[in-house]
Amino acid sequence: MFAFAYSRPADLAEALATLAASEEAKPLAGGQTLIPTLKQRLASPSDLVDLSRLAALRGIALADDALTIGAMTRHVEVATSPLVAAHLPALAALAGMIGDPAVRNRGTLGGSVANNDPSADYPAVCLALDAVIVTDRREVPAGDFFTGLFETALEPGELVTAVRFPLGGEGIYEKYPNPASRYAMAGVFVWRGGEEVRVAVTGASQGGVFRWAEAEAALVAEFSPSALDGLRPEADDMIADIHGSGAYRAQLVAVMAKRAVAGLATAR
Amino acid sequence: MRDLTLTINGAPVRVAVDERTLLVQLIRDDLRLTGTHVGCDTSQCGACTVLIDGEAIKACAVLAVQAGGTEVVTVEGLAAGEALHPMQAAFREHHGLQCGFCTPGMIVAGIDMVRRLGPQLDEATVRAELEGNLCRCTGYHNIVKAIQAGALAMGGVTAPAVAAE
Repeated sequence: MFAFAYSRPADLAEALATLAASEEAKPLAGGQTLIPTLKQRLASPSDLVDLSRLAALRGIALADDALTIGAMTRHVEVATSPLVAAHLPALAALAGMIGDPAVRNRGTLGGSVANNDPSADYPAVCLALDAVIVTDRREVPAGDFFTGLFETALEPGELVTAVRFPLGGEGIYEKYPNPASRYAMAGVFVWRGGEEVRVAVTGASQGGVFRWAEAEAALVAEFSPSALDGLRPEADDMIADIHGSGAYRAQLVAVMAKRAVAGLATAR
Repeated sequence: MRDLTLTINGAPVRVAVDERTLLVQLIRDDLRLTGTHVGCDTSQCGACTVLIDGEAIKACAVLAVQAGGTEVVTVEGLAAGEALHPMQAAFREHHGLQCGFCTPGMIVAGIDMVRRLGPQLDEATVRAELEGNLCRCTGYHNIVKAIQAGALAMGGVTAPAVAAE
């Protein structure tokens, strides 16, 4: 690791001030991606601002037909929350699929969203549910927040404080995890509400999480797995690495999408 | 460097550490508690699993300074004197190991399962819950049996409470 200064502020104002003081300062949430990144010397922040003492960034609340989840809420808390299970069971299930139990004891919603790893799970549910990313200074719709591989709309020093998930409709997340890392090789969240269908795909694309417009149009016309027959995203746009080719990942996306649609169709 | 205070296996510890020190390095290199192992060093194998405030975490993916003010329990802190922790005793009884390298992490992960899910763990649950702990010897069969038996023996009592008594 490169050297950095470490602080663990007790309130949000102090955290924001430390982040504002240096362009190279980075917030530290659960650290389940950031610490391994630092170990590989892939990042060299001047300061690490540990957010773990900020109680205001924790918790799950139901209000105004939405679940608002604090950025420092850990995956284990989302996965086991009775409130999430009652109102957004697919979100609880998704959180329970992230990493492994020890990672879920530590990793946070805000950290995952702000990092926007192309294989992370949370960006898919944020896009599919049209969630709102709440920061210390504004609210950003998920569709405008995730801008590319590890890229978000966050400005320097801007901190995700919560994510607001609107209720209504129903969704299912289907994930094909890499058997070693548990990251998604392809993860597809399908949501349906009234006449509207959203299909969000993570793990597969070189550009990070995306809405699969062709699948959405096909499912609006006919909501059944067979409506997706022959459809798959462009293989050249998919990630190709030692774990699988672009064509393989495109096929995985189609299969995961069909499974999710089948699950929703039988749930009815 | 910075001063760090925390509790490890019930004893207060005060050390000066470089900010970059991983928790597992503090435990093994500075405190010489070498029961906690480093297998992959990439958060995948689980050999470095310890408890922070009762919850299992991978000590290769946490900075020592992040553990400031917390209570850390390693495999060395589980037994009460000569009396093995029920989860340790179950691993011995059911021969839940061969080379033993993954065992400290397996035992701590098993204790965390009981904390979260209670003492009645079916085989499928234990196998799914072990996704973050790799064993390259046993094929997991006896590890699963040991965790199920250890969980029943714990009867829902969490490890640090047992160790502290």
